[in-house]
Amino acid sequence: MISANTAAAIKRVRRNTETHGVLAISGIRKEFPGVLALDDVQLRIRPGTVHALMGENGAGKSTLMKIIAGVYQPDAGEIRLRGEVVTLKSPLDALDQGIAMIHQELALMNWMTVSENIWIRREPKNRFGLIDHHRMNEMTRELFERLNIRVDPRAQVSELTVAQKQMVEIARAVSHEADVLIMDEPTSALTDREVEHLFTIIRDLKARGIGIVYITHKMNELFEIADEFTVFRDGRYVGTHASTDTTRDDIIRMMVGREINNMFPKIDCPIGDVILEVRNLTLPGVFEDISFTLRQGEILGVAGLVGSKRSNVAEALFGVHPAASGEILVEGKPVTIDSPRAAMGLRMAFLTEDRKETGCFLNLDCLANIQSAIITQGHARAGFLDEKTLTKMSADMAEKLRVKTPNLYETVENLSGGNQQKLLIARWLLTRPRILILDEPTRGIDVGAKSEIHRLITGLAAEGVAVLMISSELPEVLGMSDRIMVMHEGHVSGFLDRAEADQMKIMDLAAR
Amino acid sequence: MNANAIAPAVPARPARRLPPELNIFLVLIGICIVFEILGWVFQGQSFLGNTQRLSIMILQVSVIGVIAIGVTQVIISGGIDLSSGSVVGATAMVAMSVGQIATDRAVYPHLTDLPAIVPIMVGLLIGLGCGAVNGALVAYTRIPPFIATLGMMVTARGFAKWYTKGQPISFPTDGFAAIGQGLNPVWIFLLVAAIMHVVLRYTRYGKYTYAIGANPQAARVTGINVERHIVKIYAVAGLLAGLAGIMVAARGLTAQAGMGAMYELDAIAMAVIGGVSLTGGRGSILGTMIGMIIFGVIISGFTFLRLDAYYQEMIKGAIIVAAVIADMHRQRKRIKKS
Repeated sequence: MISANTAAAIKRVRRNTETHGVLAISGIRKEFPGVLALDDVQLRIRPGTVHALMGENGAGKSTLMKIIAGVYQPDAGEIRLRGEVVTLKSPLDALDQGIAMIHQELALMNWMTVSENIWIRREPKNRFGLIDHHRMNEMTRELFERLNIRVDPRAQVSELTVAQKQMVEIARAVSHEADVLIMDEPTSALTDREVEHLFTIIRDLKARGIGIVYITHKMNELFEIADEFTVFRDGRYVGTHASTDTTRDDIIRMMVGREINNMFPKIDCPIGDVILEVRNLTLPGVFEDISFTLRQGEILGVAGLVGSKRSNVAEALFGVHPAASGEILVEGKPVTIDSPRAAMGLRMAFLTEDRKETGCFLNLDCLANIQSAIITQGHARAGFLDEKTLTKMSADMAEKLRVKTPNLYETVENLSGGNQQKLLIARWLLTRPRILILDEPTRGIDVGAKSEIHRLITGLAAEGVAVLMISSELPEVLGMSDRIMVMHEGHVSGFLDRAEADQMKIMDLAAR
Repeated sequence: MNANAIAPAVPARPARRLPPELNIFLVLIGICIVFEILGWVFQGQSFLGNTQRLSIMILQVSVIGVIAIGVTQVIISGGIDLSSGSVVGATAMVAMSVGQIATDRAVYPHLTDLPAIVPIMVGLLIGLGCGAVNGALVAYTRIPPFIATLGMMVTARGFAKWYTKGQPISFPTDGFAAIGQGLNPVWIFLLVAAIMHVVLRYTRYGKYTYAIGANPQAARVTGINVERHIVKIYAVAGLLAGLAGIMVAARGLTAQAGMGAMYELDAIAMAVIGGVSLTGGRGSILGTMIGMIIFGVIISGFTFLRLDAYYQEMIKGAIIVAAVIADMHRQRKRIKKS
């Protein structure tokens, strides 16, 4: 029996869904300290469609997804689910309201069974109020049959392959009767056959009327599975189109097109001899056949999207996670770099991508942070450090780099991101490197500090230092580099000279 | 957070800030004052005025203090050492067995009346060996320090019991016994503390220890051989536990397999009360020394007030927990700030 009231409500929801789509967001704004991540963003997902989100690194896709999944709260804007305005207080709240997210890093509990993972919080009970494992496994089996998934419900999740885990996550989302399913680069760890199976499941979900938000960097996937797509750039909405009447070039044009201003003071300086040569560097499953040369005084920019494994190549070069095969030659001589220490012995330096995770000693003072690399290379007699000289050197370098801190005994976590970065650069400059590897040297720091660091990098190149600079900001790569190496999924997809490079050409190589 | 507003450039010779140990030092003063007042109220006499009581108090904590010095550097490196109490037991037994005078009950009848240096060296080597095993397990098998040193804790205690099938060993030579007599343990402690203070502050060993505790990944990227250094840290901690074992045996003129039980926890508590952070990267020998004195003052103070020994233990436990809560609170405040 459906009462007249309920029937009217159902009708209203249907009508709303038709006009607004299953999920419609508008005017979304999200600010983090110092960064405007999203500004007046909109998105509309129609039921029974796959809607791809496209954009460069840092375009705001992930932030938007986290807002839709209830992880972040927007500062302004409206979220309509089935036509009704909703607030999503937490991921659990979003799930209860019918929005499920399948995370890039899978969120399953490894030491529990497949069934337990799917029905957690909702376990069927027997008449003693205890969990009925038999019925739970039966429910899982039925669910898997519907979705054409072949995984044993009683298997432990830790024993599954990545693809199987993904299937389990999808099944869990479906079991919640979610209307909106968010998939964040679901194919990044799958083989071609597994991708096919995933797409079959996605088409099946579409037929059930579920709206799917699909984040991807891969153009061919977009054309294969998506009905519509929306492009973001620098936290702003660019446009929404049907994927059938769009070409690859159109999308790339929408994704790039940032303004390039004179923030990048690259000065021309003479480029010397080859100092670093890399031949067929390979780490199976991560990157393959990486070959390039780097000359004294040259800045080689490395561009690529998330998942292009640029940082892994840098880590291999510096011996953090050495490559399995391939050759590295420094000044024409083959070398073995099996630890950061070995790399430092060859006068290499490596500014890591993640300042907080692998860079700073956050609860130590500036001095300890600046000195940590140089003290491994001498300046000690019988283990006792030459404090006077070291402090003088550190203070001079900090002053040269204009690190802003009350004094050098300040704890580093109290410094701004830009000053932390300068400290890390100071750390490496004290070791007088010939080859400097910079991984995202200006990520998350303010504009002023950014241009200071840029000036510093060019200055070093002018002194003959060879610089390998990984950056996700195309204007930075274009502005700073003498040459650009573009990577795509663990391969070098091309080199561009300073004269010929532009954003379109880079994106063309980066997004295949 | 906003350092931009403060200074345009780095002063070449920056002024030292207030030492972070100041807080706990004030706590120590406060506790002393409380006992002093309670002393006059309930006992009609001064707590601090009695130098004999104070020297007994220092003597009581100095053996565990030696262990605390070793464990401090382990905790600064981000680890923990649960084995030190058992290592005390094992070294006490073995050192005493080669430090006996000739009697018909000597463990090694041919190894009696040896110069004191023999039992000392043997004890130190055993401690060093146990510590090195701990360190190697932590560094190269990557099992958590808690588990690695828990294993050593049980094993070393078992060894101590097996060594003489549970029999105590007595009758040390005068030379060996001298180590534990009078205020000698206090002098040994002060020497060890002074050396470690200098080592942690002015040597590469110290800088590496703090760096590894603060961020092991970053330490590795800056060229520190993290694994090798971890072995050294635990080896030094073991060495100091061995030294403590020698001191205990010499002081008691006998060695028993159960010696040093729970010392590891008291040592950890002293370090934690002294502001050594269990998350690694922060703490100092000075802090641990203050923590140790707080520990001693509280025990001595309760005894002075004739508080039941059972209450003493319960209150001791509460103080340790309170110290960790205070540490967590400090951490949270720092995170909010950044």
